[in-house]
Amino acid sequence: MNGTRTPTAAPAARAPRTRRAVLKPQGVLLAVLLVAACVAPFQLVPFRVFQLTMVLVYAIAVLGLDLLVGRTGQISLGHGGFFAIGAYVAAVLLDRWDVPYPLTLPAALAVTFVLGFALGIPALRLRGLYLALVTMTIAIFLVPLLKRFESLTGGSMGLTLTKPDAPAWTGLAQDQWLYFCVLLVTGGATLAVAGLLRSRVGRALAAIRDNEAAAEVMGVRLSRYKTLAFAWSAMLAGAAGCVNTWVIAFVSPDSFTSTLSIMLLAGIVVGGLGSLYGPLLGGAFVFFMPTMSQGINQAAPGVISGLLIIVIMYVAPTGLAGLAGRASAARLARKK
Amino acid sequence: MTPTSPPAPPGGALAVAGLTVRFGGITALDDVGFTVEPGRTVGLIGPNGAGKTTLFNCLTRRYEADEGTVTYDGADLLAVAPHAVVGLGIARTFQNLGLFPRMTVRDNVLVGAHARARAGFAAAALRLPRVRREEARLRAEADELLARLGLTDVADRPATGLPFGTLKRVELARALAARPRLLLLDEPCNGLSHGEVAEFADLLRALRDDLDLTLIVVEHHMGFVMGTCDRVVCLEFGRKIAEGAPAEVQNDPNVLRAYLGTAA
Repeated sequence: MNGTRTPTAAPAARAPRTRRAVLKPQGVLLAVLLVAACVAPFQLVPFRVFQLTMVLVYAIAVLGLDLLVGRTGQISLGHGGFFAIGAYVAAVLLDRWDVPYPLTLPAALAVTFVLGFALGIPALRLRGLYLALVTMTIAIFLVPLLKRFESLTGGSMGLTLTKPDAPAWTGLAQDQWLYFCVLLVTGGATLAVAGLLRSRVGRALAAIRDNEAAAEVMGVRLSRYKTLAFAWSAMLAGAAGCVNTWVIAFVSPDSFTSTLSIMLLAGIVVGGLGSLYGPLLGGAFVFFMPTMSQGINQAAPGVISGLLIIVIMYVAPTGLAGLAGRASAARLARKK
Repeated sequence: MTPTSPPAPPGGALAVAGLTVRFGGITALDDVGFTVEPGRTVGLIGPNGAGKTTLFNCLTRRYEADEGTVTYDGADLLAVAPHAVVGLGIARTFQNLGLFPRMTVRDNVLVGAHARARAGFAAAALRLPRVRREEARLRAEADELLARLGLTDVADRPATGLPFGTLKRVELARALAARPRLLLLDEPCNGLSHGEVAEFADLLRALRDDLDLTLIVVEHHMGFVMGTCDRVVCLEFGRKIAEGAPAEVQNDPNVLRAYLGTAA
């Protein structure tokens, strides 16, 4: 026993130092990002602030989808649907009952969580392409459904709301206020997911992704974790939809076509599966790619996102967020 | 040498009786019965395809038994849900490794402690104090286990690309993190060099004595089986053909025939 124990003693003493060295640049990057995020709305013109806000909105949805796809190894082509449901819950509450803005968020979370839990049940039986197809029906069915209940949803015309004004004490312009509201939600969602992933729950999800049989032998209840992962993931997409309503102050069925689900999936692939910065990059992709490529051709967004997925899968399977890590790893390898 | 099927053997014993598993027309296990007393190390041997791994899969509820009973510590094991088996104190390793390749070695071991922790989705997302405390406790325990198995150096490495012998130890550490009383090892020496086998046998004996483990080991390495096991059960084509002390089974004519074929 002694023979195996002695050699491990020295590295154990060294371990904390190396870990601090790894943590440091990450901490610096995070601090720089936070400062930039707080300064940006005062330096940019309102339209740019709006764009940045939308990137944060989509980042929440991408974060949620990544919890399912990148961390648990499931798939969903229906998250645009949960995004839409979150958006409509907020819009209807605001339009009908004049509910205060902040209260629409818990309502949207609750509704999308319950729906996500119910629709997560197919995820127990199906995998891969089959699960993708079943979840895709959520996104496809939703558009005509929203057009049906005209009295509540405003039908094809949708609902037009007024944007919330910044409280006087803040002294902020409307766009800046909305930006900070969304930043708060995005930050909260990121912290929650980070906490989830660092815990027993996150490890159980990763275990399911890597080896279901072994996960079950170690006591992970597959049905529970899969449905709850789906529910949480849907809930985050719903949160994104809710804050989307705050920012845009307009919902209509045609803003949430099934393309949105595909764009969100493309967002996690481009941003980086299973990485913490991936959702931000993915959010930027989901927002900017369609508007930029629409200038070329109406059909360009679909073609470009399809091509990008293929290219990224070949060139950078860890996504944009993974590129930095891969670059530094390559540099280290060259030094050796 | 008849299969023993006592009603409820005392504390921590495993009793298998009349266990039969069929896959279509193939009978993978045919009326298999044996008992494992607490603290014993039982070797499960037999040619490839004899049903050893199938037996493990029955004990961990991966396969449904068609007939027979399995009692562990007085409880009907065949009525337990697959994920709840580890909660009874039964852990296992896999023949060709069942690790989580994209997780670090430490996280692999921490998954082993899953059944001993409580944190749920909401509590973990909010990072409640009790989740932090639990996490700190689990990490300390995992690090202790990693040190004991000589894995501290590789704790932050992903559980792929490491030498096979190291990965085998990682899997053992993960199983031990569940704090099992009964540990099922499926070919733990497979792929180890001669020297590593001896080292592993020493380690296993020390662990067994320190942690009060009951072991069932599927193994082809006869040196290991003879040196480590108190009792040996030999299967062939799903049937138990011999059971007894290692030396006894080694010279059993049925066992010799199963391994070497009939003399002309």
